[in-house]
Order: sequence, then structure tokens, then C-alpha cells
Amino acid sequence: MTTPMLPDTFADLEPFAARWCIETEAARYTERLNSTMADMQEFYDAAFPRVPDAMAHLDGFPLHDLPERELNLLHLVYSLVMVSLPVDVWHQPRVIDAGTAYFERHLEPHP
Amino acid sequence: MVRSGKPSEASWTGRVPGLGTGLVSYEDSISPEFYELEREAVFKRAWLNVGRVEQLPRKGSFFTKELTVAATSVIVTRDLDGRVHAFHNVCRHRGNKLLWGETPRDETSGVCRQFMCKYHGWRYGLDGELKFVLQEEEYFDFDKSEFPLVRVHCEVWEGFIFVNLSREPSQSLPDFLGPMVRGLEGYPFHLFTERYAFKADILSNWKIFLDAFQEYYHAPILHSQQQVPALRSFDTGFKVPYFQMDGPHRLVSTGGWKGVPRHMSPPENLYPIEHQVQAGMMGPWERPDIPELDPANLPPGINPGGLDPWSISNFQIFPNFVILLYERGWYLTYQYWPTSHNTHTWEMSYWFPPSRNASERIRHEVTAVVSKEAGLQDAGTLDGTQMGLESRVIDQWPLCDQEVTVRHLHKAVGDWVQSHLRDGQPEGRRDGEAVRA
Repeated sequence: MTTPMLPDTFADLEPFAARWCIETEAARYTERLNSTMADMQEFYDAAFPRVPDAMAHLDGFPLHDLPERELNLLHLVYSLVMVSLPVDVWHQPRVIDAGTAYFERHLEPHP
Repeated sequence: MVRSGKPSEASWTGRVPGLGTGLVSYEDSISPEFYELEREAVFKRAWLNVGRVEQLPRKGSFFTKELTVAATSVIVTRDLDGRVHAFHNVCRHRGNKLLWGETPRDETSGVCRQFMCKYHGWRYGLDGELKFVLQEEEYFDFDKSEFPLVRVHCEVWEGFIFVNLSREPSQSLPDFLGPMVRGLEGYPFHLFTERYAFKADILSNWKIFLDAFQEYYHAPILHSQQQVPALRSFDTGFKVPYFQMDGPHRLVSTGGWKGVPRHMSPPENLYPIEHQVQAGMMGPWERPDIPELDPANLPPGINPGGLDPWSISNFQIFPNFVILLYERGWYLTYQYWPTSHNTHTWEMSYWFPPSRNASERIRHEVTAVVSKEAGLQDAGTLDGTQMGLESRVIDQWPLCDQEVTVRHLHKAVGDWVQSHLRDGQPEGRRDGEAVRA
């Protein structure tokens, strides 16, 4: 048994943690473009219903002093946000009609 | 023959003197020759926003800004007395660029007491004075005080730092901004310190992208997916309820889709993530409970049309700076920096009050992600627009009343270029005050 990445109450999301606990938006976007819709749908189906629980759990900690497993959970929620548009809106990894456009997020808050 | 349309006098377009309602040319967006004129007439003469005071948090803080359009780079710094200065990023000795990041083309920032040239070690104070010359005794009839960094006119307005590259600006920054833009004065911009900043290399003339974000006529079509499938329509369109022009600047104000702000839409009209997290493209559903953001405490100039409900005011500040204020208590900025007649570097920043907990941070993330995806559609389409224009199959194009801002921008740029060619002065100078629409 490997060391869990997520808080114990989110053990059900542990199978997605290694892939989707991603710190930066740029890396999350890359992971999305490199994913199949089936992969993202599976992650979405598991994580989407847990978002309110995750928000409530994380709000019990100071945002700028999150323990490591809570920080991982926050990054996992960010990834859920990232895949929600391909799943709910575009039905493909890329934005429809985005052509070759790429916006680099070069500055963002931590966490 | 049946001709359709609205009477000019009853239109937004008709209210702007000199704008006309005829077909327009986009030669100004495909011609290398026009681009050269525009560099001189517009970008070396207008006030340009290069950042905010929060980027200079301490005495000695500095950042550089590449201004390819003017073939220069500027250093913006805060001196030991707290004053903000701007200098050309050029060492007075052999012309080397003074500060850079990874390569001489990369911007940089930091904190220091003196700027030292990488080449021969000449050092300059934060006020631009030359402080140290290596082996000064080897020079001839030399006086250090004669070789300060070359100063760039720099003024701060509401925390936004502007530079002007002309020898002597024809207008002060407040005069240049004029009453409509200055209606933003008093908005608590300083509270919005949580920033998400993006950069993109765009395959179009800068004005073509600017046009895409200054009209909402395209929104129900190019961004049809902003509505859930049941609400999408390619036949009904969207009407902006309020436009205003003031000198070379423009304002577009809206009250939400069909007058319903997104956060008040029923759940079936929203995407699941928006409802789940209580945030979407227009921001978090809840405005932060910060007294300065209470609508009662905001300056009336942010919604000069008095829209109710009011969602967005999109201030298009000539030539290339945009501030978009959202009713839910956050704002967006865009800058369009030309790099050639058919390319530019685009910058976008989301500014929120600092998140106080993870939920607020997650809501900001949703807004920054959803909104960015709409922008990607605009940016992706531009490539095609530029190609269509450059084909020169057509040289005269119609614009409707909902595109009054597009007409106005191209006219303002044309006016500045014509004025420059006529008498070397930018538009607005000849009669001693700004030309107001």
C-alpha cells in the first residue's frame, strides 16, 4: 500500500490523485489535451459529486498553510475544473474553434 | 430593391460626429506601410499602460516592459522616495540593453538599489543617475552627470502605470484619459491583488483582436456554447444596451444575457460546474463582502448608462488597453502589443480580491478557466480573419450599429495617423484640448 496522497475522507479519489493533482494551470491544460475523453469522463464522474465536500473540508484549513494532502486535494479540484469544460461543453479535449490559439498562464496565485 | 436597416439618427453610430455609416476598409490592419505610420503616430505618442503599482511593491522594485512596436524596452522602477520612474532600457555607454531575463528579448523584474550593465559594469541609481563608471579616469573630459538613463514620461492613474514615448506628450495623462475613463476614479483597484496573468502570440493585427473583444454581436454565434444547448440560437443575436465614446476611447456596458445576470439564471440554464461551485464566466455568484465593493460605494462612472441590472463595463482605453469591470466584484485587463502588421503579443490578467479560503480560490479558478476558453475561440478565429482580409478580395466592409466600437477604433487610429502626417501632432492637440465625441 503506497502512502495516500489525499485526505482519508477522499480515499475514493485516490486512484485519480497521481495523475490529476497538478500544481499549475499550464500543466493541467497540457494533461487535458493529452487525455482521452474516456479518461476525463471517468475522473469527472468520480470527482464532480465530491466537489462540495472538498470545498467544505478545505475551508477548515488556512488557505496559505494547507497540509500536503489537503494541497493535493485542492490541486485535484482545479483539475476537475479543467476537465469539466471538455466533458460538459466541448465533448472533446480542445476548445471548439480555438484554432492554434494558446494562452500561457505565466503568473498565478499559490496555492 | 429593398434596403433594410435602422435610421442613422436613431443609432449609436449616428450619435458619434464624423463616424459615418458607410463601408469601411481594414487596410489599416493588413498594410506594412500603415503599420510603420501607426508606430510613430499612435504608439510613440499615446499614453500606454505598462502595468500596475502592485508590481512595484517596495523601494527599489523594478520591472522591464518590451515595447517592440516602438523598438524599445522600458525600465519601470520605484525609487527610495517611493516615486515611480520609467527609463529607456539602454546603457549610456555602448548601447547595451541594461536589464533582461533569460535572453535580451525577455522581460525581467526584481528589487535592487542600482542597475548595473552586464557589459562593462556601469551603474545607475533608481532615479536614472549614472553612479559608477569603471576606470572613470580613462575617459576624456568626462562628467558622469551628463549620462543619465534616458527618461520616459511616466504617470500613475488609479494605480495603473502609463508611459508616453514622445519627447513631450501633447496631453497630460488625465487629459488624455478624459471624463469617461476617469469615471473609474475611486474604484478600489488596489484591493484586487490576486492575479492570473496570461500571454499569447497572436496571428493577427492588434486591432483585429481588439475588435473581437469590443463587440458582443459575435457572442451568440462564435460563443454559442456559453449557453446550454436548449438556449442556443443562431438567429436571435444579442443587443448591447449601452455604448459611449469619448475622444479616442470607448465603453460597452451590458446587463447580462437577455437582461438576466448569470448568477441569477436557473440551474437548468447553467453548466453543472457553475452550479456546483457557484461561479462561472461572469465571476463568483457571491460578491465578496468587502464594503468598498458594495455597489452603493462604487463611483457612478463604472456604469454611466445606469443599467439595471448591470453586469459588465468594458472600457476600451486608446490605443491598446482594456479594463473590464464585473458587477460581481472583480476585473479583467487586456493589452495588445503589436509586433508586426499582422502579429501581436496579447496580455490578459484576471484580478480578484485575495481569496480568504479554498472555496473562494476555487471559484476564481472556475472563472479564470471558463472565461479563458471563450477567449481561445476569439483568438483562434482571428487567424482566419487576418487571412481573409489579406486576400484583398474585398476592400470595403459593412459594420452594423452593434459594431460601432469597431468603426470607432479604426477611425480613431486613422485620425491619429492623418493628424501626424498633417502636422506631426497627435489628434486632440490642435485646438488645445481633446476631441470629444
